Amino acid sequence: MATTHTLRAKHRRSRLRTLAFLSPWLIGFTVFFAYPMISTVYFSFMHYDGFKPPTWVGTKNWKYVFESYPFFWPALRNTLWLVVIMVTLRVLFGLGIGMLITKIKTGTGVFRTLFYLPYLAPPVAATMAFTFLLNPGTGPVNSILEKAGIPAPGWFNDPSWSKPALTLMFLWGVGDLMVIFMAALLDVPKDQYEAAELDGASAWQRFRFVTLPNISPIIMFAVVTGVIAAMQCYTQPLVAGKVASGVIQGAGTMFQPGYPEHSTLTLPQLVYNLGFQRFDYGSACVVALVLFALSMAFTALLMRRRGGLIQAGD
Amino acid sequence: MAQVLERPVESKTPAAPTPAERTARRKALLRWIAVHSLGIAAALFFTLPFVFVFLTSLMSDSQALSRDLIPHTWEWSNYRKVFDTPGFLTWWKNTLIYAGLGTVLVVVSSVPVAYALAKFRFRGRNLTLMLVISMMMLPPQVVVIPMYLFWAKQLDLSGTLWPMIIPLAFGDAFSIFLLRQFLMTIPNEYVDAAKVDGCGDLRTLLKIILPMAKPGIAAIALFQFFNAWNDYFGPQIYASENPGAWTLSYGLESFKGAHHTDWNLTMAATVLVLAPVILVFFFAQKAFVEGVTLTGVKG
Repeated sequence: MATTHTLRAKHRRSRLRTLAFLSPWLIGFTVFFAYPMISTVYFSFMHYDGFKPPTWVGTKNWKYVFESYPFFWPALRNTLWLVVIMVTLRVLFGLGIGMLITKIKTGTGVFRTLFYLPYLAPPVAATMAFTFLLNPGTGPVNSILEKAGIPAPGWFNDPSWSKPALTLMFLWGVGDLMVIFMAALLDVPKDQYEAAELDGASAWQRFRFVTLPNISPIIMFAVVTGVIAAMQCYTQPLVAGKVASGVIQGAGTMFQPGYPEHSTLTLPQLVYNLGFQRFDYGSACVVALVLFALSMAFTALLMRRRGGLIQAGD
Repeated sequence: MAQVLERPVESKTPAAPTPAERTARRKALLRWIAVHSLGIAAALFFTLPFVFVFLTSLMSDSQALSRDLIPHTWEWSNYRKVFDTPGFLTWWKNTLIYAGLGTVLVVVSSVPVAYALAKFRFRGRNLTLMLVISMMMLPPQVVVIPMYLFWAKQLDLSGTLWPMIIPLAFGDAFSIFLLRQFLMTIPNEYVDAAKVDGCGDLRTLLKIILPMAKPGIAAIALFQFFNAWNDYFGPQIYASENPGAWTLSYGLESFKGAHHTDWNLTMAATVLVLAPVILVFFFAQKAFVEGVTLTGVKG
């Protein structure tokens, strides 16, 4: 009797201590996620401009976003473009650089540092740098291209080149992928390569049948985290559009987002445009919920219970 | 010395290489050259943007508008002009407050949560961890409308740094996850041994785990510092109306607006935002790389 009593007290103590250790995050989760999430759903059915009290409008905001707001579908298309093309190129390039760095035998540390540094560049600084480098008029890249006799594109000032320009900038910051691919490649068991070589496998066959299967979880991880990052892409396209269009920042400037011609508009920018430029908080919440649904779908892919990439584990 | 040099060399050189060996050696050399040329090409791609930005930051006003790549005169005074721009020093101060205070708060609040997720066994642990990971993946725009209304309308704190700093006192999902991954690599035996010695949970964490977790804590501190340094969305939402509360990343973009066509000054300001990051990296390379690998797949 006495023992069960102490056991129960012990259990209660251990539950309390767990709660105590988790409390900062539990409070944060409630105040900074659960409560605002419920409010986002609530506001998506309200008309609210921040001044007059919110009024119930049913699905009006939803209809507005999907049917009459001119930027929603272009933004979704751009986001999908970035998700498919930019992520593919970034993973391929990251893998290539990761393989290259494992083959470099002289000055490895120097090369690795040089390849890694751009990843650290603050997004605004990187975007300022690239809008300058790719400036059609005075930028060094076009100066060099023209000297070489290659027709120079308009980059951030041309709707058909603005997304490739963004992609180029993201390829430049591939250092994080290089590091995780390098770690994965060095983990591939050496004897599998030796066995393949004994069997007379060519370099391509060794890559295809030894390297790829061994690093496929990391490729998956890079793809899914890349997709999530592409969906959240906000600062770079916004700043590039503003700087390339020559807009002057300050109170009262209304920036038409996605310069040129909505080509750099992404979903997160719509939340800002609708909420903080048009003071239509209700419709902004609709876009926020679309963004939420998409990002949770991809996160679920990352954490599938079996064969998931991030395992809770024991 | 001379004697040493003149000493007859014993014929240790192996027999002349067979043709097969020679082709193998030539192949290896060619491969070495190919790999390193590719490496140099890649290195140019990664470094030339830095070089061009730096060179432009030293050009005169008129030359910055030309197509020249290398400055005629080296205008170091451009950097002085950037510092003299009204607001620039305030942006530095704000960034250091946001990054410094935020980092301390994130570390203090995330360590116990990560410790519980790594070393305690309790019901709902996996669920909690999955929620943490979901939060890590969540775009800040999803909850920004109610958050803004909360800080601005209810607490009247817009135009200050507080709406960005205060939430960091309640743990940060990325830091919790990264640190949890690190703490998983510390064997449980240390915790058990401490318990046998009569250590309470808090003492075990402070005396046993923390000293071993220093590299993990360094990684989350660095990442948090740079998150604040890089943050654009937070200042745009909460501080845009008050330039006195702008941070470097947010102010940098306005710099191009204020100095409409002065690419030289804009690039000098860009260098000043980039440089601290690169400087810190050289002192803390290991923590960075460890952080990136820890967020990788190891469960």
